[in-house]
Formats: sequence, C-alpha cells, structure tokens
Amino acid sequence: MPLDPGYTGRSFPPTVPYAVGPEKIREFAQAIGANDAVHVDPAAAAALGYPDVIAPPTFPIVVTAETMQQLVDDPGLGLDFSRVVHGDQRFTYVRPVRAGDVLTCVCTVAEIAERGGHGFLTTRTEITDATGELVVTATAKLVVRGE
Amino acid sequence: MTSDLAPQTYAITRAELVRYAGASGDFNPIHWSDRVATGVGLPGVIAHGMLTMALAGRAVTAWVGGDPGAITDYSVRFARPVVVPDDDSGTELTVTGVVKQVGDDGIAQIDITAVCAGEKVLAQAKAWVRAAALAPATGRAIDHAATA
Repeated sequence: MPLDPGYTGRSFPPTVPYAVGPEKIREFAQAIGANDAVHVDPAAAAALGYPDVIAPPTFPIVVTAETMQQLVDDPGLGLDFSRVVHGDQRFTYVRPVRAGDVLTCVCTVAEIAERGGHGFLTTRTEITDATGELVVTATAKLVVRGE
Repeated sequence: MTSDLAPQTYAITRAELVRYAGASGDFNPIHWSDRVATGVGLPGVIAHGMLTMALAGRAVTAWVGGDPGAITDYSVRFARPVVVPDDDSGTELTVTGVVKQVGDDGIAQIDITAVCAGEKVLAQAKAWVRAAALAPATGRAIDHAATA
C-alpha cells in the first residue's frame, strides 16, 4: 500500500512526556563511547553553563521513538515499517537536551513523495520542554522501498 | 576559508551494536542477526545508521572542545550501510571535517566525511557550530589557511 499523500501537513497528537534522567544520558553516552565529562558530571556541565548534565547530539532520536510508532500504527498513512530505510536525519537545536527535561514530541508529516517506485516520507518533530519551549527539531526522511 | 579538522577514528564491533540497541531502544534484527540481515539482501549485520551519526557527532563534539551544546544543527544522509563482521575487530569508521565557512552570526559550517572500508557511508553530512568553540581545535588548520 503506497503512502497516502493526503497526510501531508498532518500533525499527530503530542507524545507521552519523556522524563530525561541522568542515568539514561550516561547509558546512551557510554553506548556511543562519548566520554565527555559534560554527559556524566554535573559540575563539568555547570562549568559550561548548563544546569545539569547534557545529552549527546543524537540523543533526541530516543525521545522521538514514540512518534515512529504513531506513524506505523496509523492505518491510513500506509507506512509498511518492514520496508522502511532511514534516509536522512537532521537535528536543529535551540539548546542541548539535559537531565531533568520532560519532553513532548509533536510529529508533523512534512512531505510525501514517490520516485522510482519508492516512497519518501519526511517528518518534522518538534520537541518541547515542560514549559512549552522548543528544545530541538528533528527532521527525518524515511525511504519506503518499493515492492 | 576552509580548514581541516583532526580526523577521528572509531571502532565498531558487534558488541557496540548490542550496546547501542539497548541504549537507544532500536532492536531491529538487521543490527544483530545475520540471518535476518542477509534475508533482506544485506551482506550481513549492519550498524544502526543512528550509531554512525552518533559517532560522527562525537567527532564534531571533539572539534568543538567537548561541548556538544556548541552544535546548533547537525544533519546526515545515510548513503551506504556500515557492515560489521562478527569478529573481535569489527570495522572502523573514520570521520574527517572541513570548516567551509563562518557566518556573520558566528556559526561555522562543517562538512563531514565518514568513511568505512574505503566507502563514504554518510552523504551531505554537515554540522553548524558556534565558531568560538571551534577556534582552539582548529589552531593547526587556521595556521595552514594563513599560509595558503
């Protein structure tokens, strides 16, 4: 089933708030081998002006995981996850994600295209904190391989 | 103005893929099962694209002196899979960067190249960073530019 281009511009409901803890930041930083003190040591983070430890630049992908589920679960969009390849990823930061953040994602379908028998779905997810301030925008292009 | 940033090299073994799967929550079996990976036409288990992006992000973080908060924008295209053999050495990702320009707003554009097994695995990979954070890390390269 091809992607329904009628979904272009549609936004999904806000995700369940994601509470960012210092141990999750530590776990993620260790998994990618990022040993910078700013990920684990609140004093090192404070020395750089941050109120608590900050996450590596690609950590927001963890926070957006639920939006992927929203896309897959939507019966009308027609996204066959078994055919999905991650094409492009972009993060635009207002500030780094940090321990203590409670983050909510709103995912919007920015573009749906079809070329060469493949489907292309671009999503733009705005990640906001508990005060409603934008923290980071994640833009993903998913390629849906043709049958 | 262009200047080169110090190349960074990262080993990727199957153990790293398992660890990244757990930490990220991405349990797609093409990142841990040769049976599933070859079944969908891949040469074998491949690294998560987001792990490759994370490692290139470590390089950018190193270039800005260990403060990833100096990165204002970071984008990649996943051009080729990073195949990770099931042995002790795995594979290796080499990340290089070139400062393409520094805007009037003090934001520098870095063009990133990520190579694995002789192939560029990321395309159109770019980071925008606060140039002030970059200055110490590019000392060598700025000297180079001044003599060019």
